[in-house]
Amino acid sequence: MVNVRNLPDQELFYGHKACQGCGAATAARLVLKITGERTFLAYPASCISTVSTIYLQMAFAVPSLTMAFPATGAVLSGMAAAVKAKKLENVTVLGIAGDGGTADIGLQALSGAVERGDKILYVCYDNEAYMNTGVQRSSLTPYGAWTTTTPIGENEDSFGKRKFKKNLFEIMMAHRIPYCATASVSYPVDFLNKIEKAKDTDGPSFIHVMAPCPTGWGFPSDRTIEIGRLAVETGLWYLAEYENNKVKMNLVPKTFKPVEEYLKKQKRFKHLTDEHIAIIEKHRDEEWATMGQRYGF
Amino acid sequence: MVKSTGLKRRDFISANDAVAYGVKLCRPEVIAAYPITPQTTVVEKLSEFIENKEMACEYLNVESEHSVMSAVMGASLMGCRTFTATSSQGLLYMCEMLHYVSGSRFPIVMMNANRTVAAPWNIFGDHRDSLAMRDSGWMQVYVENGQEALDTIIQAYKLAENPKVLTPVMVCLDGFVLTHTYELVDIPDQSAVDAFLPPFVTENKLDLAKPKSLCITAPPEWQTEFRYQQYEAMKEAKKLIPGIDKEFAAHFGRSHGGLIEEYRCEDAEYVLMAMGSVVGTSRLVVDKLREEGLKVGLVKVRFYRPFPKEELASIGSKVKAVGVIDRDISFGYEGALYADVKAALYNSQGTCPRTINFIAGLSGRDITKENLEMMYRKLIKAAQGQAEEEIQFVGLRWEQW
Ligand code: SF4
Repeated sequence: MVNVRNLPDQELFYGHKACQGCGAATAARLVLKITGERTFLAYPASCISTVSTIYLQMAFAVPSLTMAFPATGAVLSGMAAAVKAKKLENVTVLGIAGDGGTADIGLQALSGAVERGDKILYVCYDNEAYMNTGVQRSSLTPYGAWTTTTPIGENEDSFGKRKFKKNLFEIMMAHRIPYCATASVSYPVDFLNKIEKAKDTDGPSFIHVMAPCPTGWGFPSDRTIEIGRLAVETGLWYLAEYENNKVKMNLVPKTFKPVEEYLKKQKRFKHLTDEHIAIIEKHRDEEWATMGQRYGF
Repeated sequence: MVKSTGLKRRDFISANDAVAYGVKLCRPEVIAAYPITPQTTVVEKLSEFIENKEMACEYLNVESEHSVMSAVMGASLMGCRTFTATSSQGLLYMCEMLHYVSGSRFPIVMMNANRTVAAPWNIFGDHRDSLAMRDSGWMQVYVENGQEALDTIIQAYKLAENPKVLTPVMVCLDGFVLTHTYELVDIPDQSAVDAFLPPFVTENKLDLAKPKSLCITAPPEWQTEFRYQQYEAMKEAKKLIPGIDKEFAAHFGRSHGGLIEEYRCEDAEYVLMAMGSVVGTSRLVVDKLREEGLKVGLVKVRFYRPFPKEELASIGSKVKAVGVIDRDISFGYEGALYADVKAALYNSQGTCPRTINFIAGLSGRDITKENLEMMYRKLIKAAQGQAEEEIQFVGLRWEQW
């Protein structure tokens, strides 16, 4: 079990150019604390690549590379094959990619790698939009969120994104992946322990970690952890693990905080009406009811 | 049941099989595969070799060509020798990754079974696929037959992995005409190949002992320097290619020409230049016309990138007319090879010969001996001052040609 007391002091991701309070940078830093120096890391076009490896300033202290946007899963497969070919032991082949690079353009390569059973650890940091290019909608952007491609227009019926977030956790489970989990940077102990489990999995493992983005979501940069917590407390995000064809919920709130508490703290939701908020709340309740039935809690 | 793949010294095999034998002899450590006609039998054969434990190699069945190139890049950047093969739409689909590979200087060797590009959809061969990848930063070599295919694979690793080069190579074979045609091919001994091609050792890899970031972002202040190095690497390759062919000849007793191969060009006045399998048929036509006393010659353009500019210019400066056969067309201009040849001739110091571009063999259409003979006769007429269209589509159905 990892906890604050036995967490390594060693930093393997520092000197980067991420915005203050960046959830993604926190996620990357925490992941590397667990996977350690014997990590081969790949990341696609994303905030993580842009803030870390602009020649000559390199922010990763492990061997790493920037990869084409759709390619993370496949390049990890190639690296894992090389690990076998070169008979390297006790190493982690790690991918860190954003929501667009994972659930949209990168989904094919990720699905292929998982289907083949390649020994890789893939972490998707979810900041719910294409942040690197300036806050455009992805398939993991939540319902009602303003982005630059789901703008709030002049029309009365304009309210941001019209579709709900795609369920990436279920997509990964459908692959019968040996280990997959959701996590949040606001619950670091839970997250760290999941990374540890994933790292030791024989075969592919996947962690979908919520990584609030002060810049894209519109909240003060010292509120990242609080916002991430509220997402879980309002039931708009959940912490779960899938292993041996079973889902375990790591935290089931007895009661949910009202979703406004989460939504109203972020500029991207500030235009939402009571009606929209009711839709979001209803959707949340339905999702939890379905999950409860499916996973038996 | 998997067929036995035991090696004979000389075997009656297809050029695709020849490629697979060539690859096997080079001992790659990781192969990634995605099927596309007419490339498929190469990766099938390699999977048999591996399944039969005739080859120690990791084999990845990947879900798309984009992923294939990503996967071999993933292995290459860990320091592994890698191989893959593709064709046509598959090559176009991996286009993005071709640039990643060459820009990051990973010496991957890939076979491309030349096949036209949709639409109209067609599985037969021309050069539109690989020529569309001209500026991907890959070296491109076009082979004439199965033997050259096998030998060129071995040469390609030697070239790509040279520390001064570190640039990927695409070995191009005409779809079906070569890939699926059987001929007697000499298969070298493993020990001979081992003596010619040492194991791949590189500094340009991810290494736990020396952590570094590869394939990074280079801002405007640095991008030009990276590009300059790629440019220099190709120049270096150009210098090395003839030597590699000579060294190969010393080891294996066969030569295929370096950047180009000249056929009966010594005193030629009318020369055709072409790439790939059509060169074989053209040799016969040259022999026939030579018997008639016509001073014709042929140039096999073996490497398209790096481009044999000086070599072609020096031939061009000595002849009266040059015809270029293009199995492609760059719409709105002319054949891609022609454009490059013409530019090379223009730069030469000698007199510039008459030039004609023959667009032929698109989407697998046969280029017959009659077609080739006609090309030579047109060159002769053009050299004598007769008007000839500069760009000519060979054998259009509604025209007598
Ligand atoms: S835009 Fe968001 S995800 Fe990107 S670096 Fe800034 S805070 Fe992090």
